[in-house]
Amino acid sequence: MSKQYKLVTCTINGKLMEKMVDVRASLTDMLRDDFRLTSVKKGCEVGECGACNVIIDGECFNSCIYLAVWAEGKNILTLEGLANPDGTLSDIQQAFIDEAAVQCGFCTPGFIMSAVEILETGRELSDEEIRKRLSGHLCRCTGYENIFRAVKKTMLRRLGKEKEAEAV
Amino acid sequence: MYDIKALYEAASVEDAIRLLTEHPAAKIIAGGSDVLVKVREGRLAGAELVSIQGIDALRGVCLEEDGAIRIGSLTSFSHITRDPVIQDKINVLGQAVDTIGGPQIRNIGTIGGNTCNGVTSADSASTLFAWDAIVELTGPEGKRQVPIQDFYLKAGVVDLRPGELQTAIRIPRKSYEGYKGHYIKYAMREAMDIATLGCSVNVKLSLDKRAIDDVRIAYGVAGPIPARAPLAEQAAIGKPLSTQVLDQFAQDVLKSLNPRDSWRASKAFRQHIAVVLAKRALAEAVRLSGGEIYE
Repeated sequence: MSKQYKLVTCTINGKLMEKMVDVRASLTDMLRDDFRLTSVKKGCEVGECGACNVIIDGECFNSCIYLAVWAEGKNILTLEGLANPDGTLSDIQQAFIDEAAVQCGFCTPGFIMSAVEILETGRELSDEEIRKRLSGHLCRCTGYENIFRAVKKTMLRRLGKEKEAEAV
Repeated sequence: MYDIKALYEAASVEDAIRLLTEHPAAKIIAGGSDVLVKVREGRLAGAELVSIQGIDALRGVCLEEDGAIRIGSLTSFSHITRDPVIQDKINVLGQAVDTIGGPQIRNIGTIGGNTCNGVTSADSASTLFAWDAIVELTGPEGKRQVPIQDFYLKAGVVDLRPGELQTAIRIPRKSYEGYKGHYIKYAMREAMDIATLGCSVNVKLSLDKRAIDDVRIAYGVAGPIPARAPLAEQAAIGKPLSTQVLDQFAQDVLKSLNPRDSWRASKAFRQHIAVVLAKRALAEAVRLSGGEIYE
């Protein structure tokens, strides 16, 4: 059968974009190949590892099991959209560095996007709840503790609890 | 790139029925967390797909005029868990679907997909069996309402006729009013795992809260499709809330279950945890109902 394409219009990291996409493409394929957003990693490609995680309309999705054509009209945020306009890192990115929550780095963008979803709730979550909300990601290097600490510290700092954050 | 022969996007339920009728070999794709994985693994490689992802009318939970809870088939698990109607009336369903996969999977996976897949381990299915849920199917001949126990035909096969799609799951008022339920998923890990066994119980106590007025119990992975344990239910109705009654109820579930040996767990182990979970889930449902269990 002849190739099937569709015009997709969506907002990516705050910019309105338009692209002809192959209907067979996953959102990971589109973000990496058409927009060079290579923070979106290809890991398991079956929705188990979370390396391709992006935020769509405020919720986290594994972009590897999301068809690119479904992005029509959606607002997509990837790790590239987090840094400040002057290039400085966002608080959560900096926290991952400070807490040594990064080793090989392959899982990091996916984890940070889940962390952003957690932080955007504006609530103080219990340790158990933070762990549950990070449970859709695999990291084979860090043992997760430093990642958990980076997220918890940033959550507390955003709530103005600097002293509690230091104690984490 | 996925190995997809063609993708047809439906804008409405009518559109989906038309596309399914025009392309009889096509598979329905809702959230895609099962279908796309099967395409990737090769089991559905080269498939024609009818995407219903864009039909927003199939999303959301509401109360119908007769008090039935209506869950649109495309409602994602995370939206079910957060929904105020679910939390108020059948919170156990929100808790059950909150054990599926991980957070990202719960944002894309739909209750319609979970049930149309026809697998016994679906975390929503045992709870829907326990609530006597009704499956609403819409096709070229109009709507059909099928009790969920009749919707599951055999492992991986559900009563979905050519041109039909599931449009809602309904829990009638008489099924949930006065009942409280509890679900336990027994799995090897806390996340990203498939149930070794799933057990969902709901109970309605007598007015003085000292006896069981009605009880329902359903399992996933205790047979080729989700299943109730009717003999245990019937024997417990009208009995007082005692440890002895709970123990007998838990033992009786084995009369109706047929778990198998698999690489995940042996038949003997599944039978053992079926009994343990029955007792724990019923005890918790009783506690949620404000009852107390006597020695």
